[in-house]
Amino acid sequence: MIRFNHVNKWYGHYHALRDINEEIKRGEVVIVCGPSGSGKSTLIRTINRLEPIDDGQIYVDGQDVRGNGVDINKLRSRIGFVFQSFNLFPHMSVERNVMLATMRVLKLSEKAARETAMNLLDKVGLAAKAQSYPGQLSGGQQQRVAIARALAMKPPVMLFDEPTSALDPEMVGEVLQVMKQLAAEGMTMVCVTHEMGFAREVADRLLFMADGQVLERATPQDFFERPQHERARKFVADIRHA
Amino acid sequence: MFDMLDILRTYGLQLLIGEFPHGPLGGLALTLILAVTGLVCAFPLAVLFGIARTSRIGWVAWPAAGIVHTLRGLPVLMLIFWAYFIVPLLTGKPISGTTTVICALVAYETAFLGEVIKAGILAIPQGQVEAARSLGMGYFTTLREVVLPQALFNMIPSILNQLISLIKNTSLAYIISVNELTYAAYQVNAQLLTKPFQVYFLLAMTYFVLCYLLSSMVGLAERRIKQKRQFRSL
Repeated sequence: MIRFNHVNKWYGHYHALRDINEEIKRGEVVIVCGPSGSGKSTLIRTINRLEPIDDGQIYVDGQDVRGNGVDINKLRSRIGFVFQSFNLFPHMSVERNVMLATMRVLKLSEKAARETAMNLLDKVGLAAKAQSYPGQLSGGQQQRVAIARALAMKPPVMLFDEPTSALDPEMVGEVLQVMKQLAAEGMTMVCVTHEMGFAREVADRLLFMADGQVLERATPQDFFERPQHERARKFVADIRHA
Repeated sequence: MFDMLDILRTYGLQLLIGEFPHGPLGGLALTLILAVTGLVCAFPLAVLFGIARTSRIGWVAWPAAGIVHTLRGLPVLMLIFWAYFIVPLLTGKPISGTTTVICALVAYETAFLGEVIKAGILAIPQGQVEAARSLGMGYFTTLREVVLPQALFNMIPSILNQLISLIKNTSLAYIISVNELTYAAYQVNAQLLTKPFQVYFLLAMTYFVLCYLLSSMVGLAERRIKQKRQFRSL
């Protein structure tokens, strides 16, 4: 589904991604974790080309995201992306937020777009808030709307960039609940997160990153109980104490 | 004081609408027409310039920057002179003073308003653009649906401020004998000869009241926008 082939990225002299070679299969739920500054967010943002890469290839559904003649808008419309800071459009109602891209990109009629939007808002438990504006919602509710907005494009894969890091603790659960449901439905998911309980529960695989490299690939059980790399051991110990 | 009431009684209508309806419209009415037409014509151009100035494509951004910097570096009066001599050269036919002034003001306002809109676009958080683009919306769709509606709304106070400066700049039309408010006052003064203070005091008061009302509107708009940002409701 997603394949990284010798991917490298530099910010000036800083080597942000070092020779990444990974493959994410259809239906897999992959958690990316690691200390801050390790390149997790950069990695996930390269998949839909929010961050350009300097070297190597990334294939999504067999398509090289940097390839000649690739329609980046079409490609992006098939990759759901959820941000840490929600990034809902504040000048539109919740319903409009979810409808917008389905009308402008998928060219759905207003009626069909509204139907899709209401179904998805219902799914994330926010049908009652359809006419509210993002500023009137709590962080957890906003993030659920953001997930509905991404799902409206019916993407075969969803990327989550620290979806719960900006939330108050009591709101983390409601967002993870929606994500668990997605995972259970068989959605292909790549998720950068520090929520290790969530990782244990839903992840098929876990990638541990540090200094722009993937240092460890393991099942969540193996990673938490038998971390191999020294950095991974330290990371697991640190989050246990937190 | 009575002098002024007298002047108003005798010349009030002339100051307000010029020779209208027996002759061309002038006075305060023409001043407002110049300002509003200038703003309305400059606005779409300014949006284009604002967009061009934020473009990452060099051959779009650089010419726009060049034009804006040139126009901003010139006094309005010079632009009026230029329009007065150059527009007829380009079009091959003489144009009225009013059109001349509107052309000059539109050029000037486009430069300033374009910078206001550029600032508005740049103030939109990058996350908004990223969210729109990751949904598959293209550059122009993102601009139209996500960036501009927010940027222009946030810039309403600055746009009103530009209108205020525009109203004051219309007084320069006096120099090419366009019968707007200042020129009308000048003519009244020429007829009276002995009451320059009273005439020009009236002139000043008119500009002041107009601009003061507009700047109160700016304040109102700013408060409304602040409220909206805190709590958006239907």
